Amino acid sequence: MKLVTAIIKPFTLDDVKASLEQLGVLGMTVSEVQGYGRQKGHTEVYRGAEYSVDFVPKIRVEVLTEESSVDKVVSAITESARTGKIGDGKVWVTPVETVVRVRTGERGTDAI
Amino acid sequence: MNTGDTAWVLVSAALVMLMTPGLAFFYGGMVRAKSVLNMLMMSFIALAVVTVLWVLYGYSLAFGDDVGGGLLGGLDFAGLKGVVGQLVGTAPKDAGAPWVDGHQIPHLVFIVFQLMFAIITAALISGAIADRAKFWSWTLFIAVWVTIVYFPVAHWVFNFNGFTGVEFVGGWIANKLGALDFAGGTAVHINAGAAGLALALVLGKRKGWPREPMRPHNLPFVILGAGLLWFGWYGFNAGSALAAGDLAGVAFLTTTAATAAAVLSWLVVEQIRDGKPTTLGAASGAVAGLVAITPACGYVTPLGALAIGLVAGALCALAVGLKYRLGFDDSLDVVGVHLVGGLVGTLLIGLFASTEVNAAGKDGLLYGGGLDLLGKQAVAALVVMAYSFVLTLLIGFAIKKTIGFRVSDEAERAGIDEAEHAESGYEFSSLRGGGSSIGRTADALAKKVTTGAAKED
Repeated sequence: MKLVTAIIKPFTLDDVKASLEQLGVLGMTVSEVQGYGRQKGHTEVYRGAEYSVDFVPKIRVEVLTEESSVDKVVSAITESARTGKIGDGKVWVTPVETVVRVRTGERGTDAI
Repeated sequence: MNTGDTAWVLVSAALVMLMTPGLAFFYGGMVRAKSVLNMLMMSFIALAVVTVLWVLYGYSLAFGDDVGGGLLGGLDFAGLKGVVGQLVGTAPKDAGAPWVDGHQIPHLVFIVFQLMFAIITAALISGAIADRAKFWSWTLFIAVWVTIVYFPVAHWVFNFNGFTGVEFVGGWIANKLGALDFAGGTAVHINAGAAGLALALVLGKRKGWPREPMRPHNLPFVILGAGLLWFGWYGFNAGSALAAGDLAGVAFLTTTAATAAAVLSWLVVEQIRDGKPTTLGAASGAVAGLVAITPACGYVTPLGALAIGLVAGALCALAVGLKYRLGFDDSLDVVGVHLVGGLVGTLLIGLFASTEVNAAGKDGLLYGGGLDLLGKQAVAALVVMAYSFVLTLLIGFAIKKTIGFRVSDEAERAGIDEAEHAESGYEFSSLRGGGSSIGRTADALAKKVTTGAAKED
């Protein structure tokens, strides 16, 4: 089992979600996060005083998946989150030792 | 008694009252989220403490019979005794009062209208020392400051001979000097602006200023507050005609015209200097225009008002940058907006005042009056500024050396709301809601549950 984590631009979330649903992904967790990569932040001006805002709002999407569908999930996310401009985000995959469904106690791939 | 005038002044008093909560939001939106409640409270407490003092002796010091030199009123109205059933507003025309004979209103209506001015003047100062003043020290400051600064200055500027009592003598600026100040450019704005500068110097900079970003946490609050201020300002300016007539109409229109012009000129300065017109700039421009037209609103033409607004908006937009060069942390620009705006309006009366607008006024430089009026305006502005600045420095240092004026560094870092009020302004995260009751609340609750259970048995 794998955990796919994606950092994406907030306005691409609906597209990412739709493309994952098309693949048959049954659940995901999203959170509002802030950060920066090569894009860096932006500048705001208040009464003539400039402030550099380093951390930019992003969305983190987390999806648990079976080994066999990892590539499909990753490419679905990257394709639907891509705008071609700097700051589109990143996707990474980490191995998962075990998963338990809280309600039933099912373990492993059955719990995904 | 004129019932139409009475109704208008009563409504105006309520409008001016709303300016103080409006100011609280204007300021509250500009601070960081961790100090929004304290900022709101600094304005709100002025409603409480100034009102109590006004009833006890404040009104009397401002509007009682002069005790000498036009400097201070006596204790004729202490405790507001004997004012029920009295009328005011019989100022003879030759005294230079801007009001018309025969428009009398109940004394109590005038008292409550003027109270609202005292409240907001004290509240205005709070913007200069955002995020760092002990709450009770600030409250004590207000009490002392209105007593020895605002009440006397209001006497100088607003108390006309014979207005609150036959044979009563008023203040020196209104009667002897004859400078024009329709609604409080000197007594309210220059006064509060100079006091703000003095207090910002006494308390010192916020930790981390100006290196750390201290950007406004809620600009919608700021524009809401500016809107409430603009709305309430009609009571402040048009209400100062103290009659529901032509002069109130003049003040209403000039107030609107100057404010509109100041919004535009502030935004143009921002567009040229920073490349973008901002929400904060629009709100600030509106307030700068309102401040500048305040002393002039009953004396200038609509075109004169546009000119005053244009100058005030542009000049204040540039003036708010001064604190970074000079190194004083006037956190929310009380100096840049109120002191500078107040000076602009008070001095420009010397150019734009016209007796065609108000026969009780004077002609300025552009209307054939020469430099005489401009000179008087400058004297009034400078004396009020110097008096307020020096006295505020003294009061501030006295509080600093005795009970202390600033919260601890740790409290300032963590947020003054938690340190001074044991509250937080916002509860956005569901995680923080998971706390459990502790202390007295929990004890009382436990006791109640136990007694209830015992009864059931």
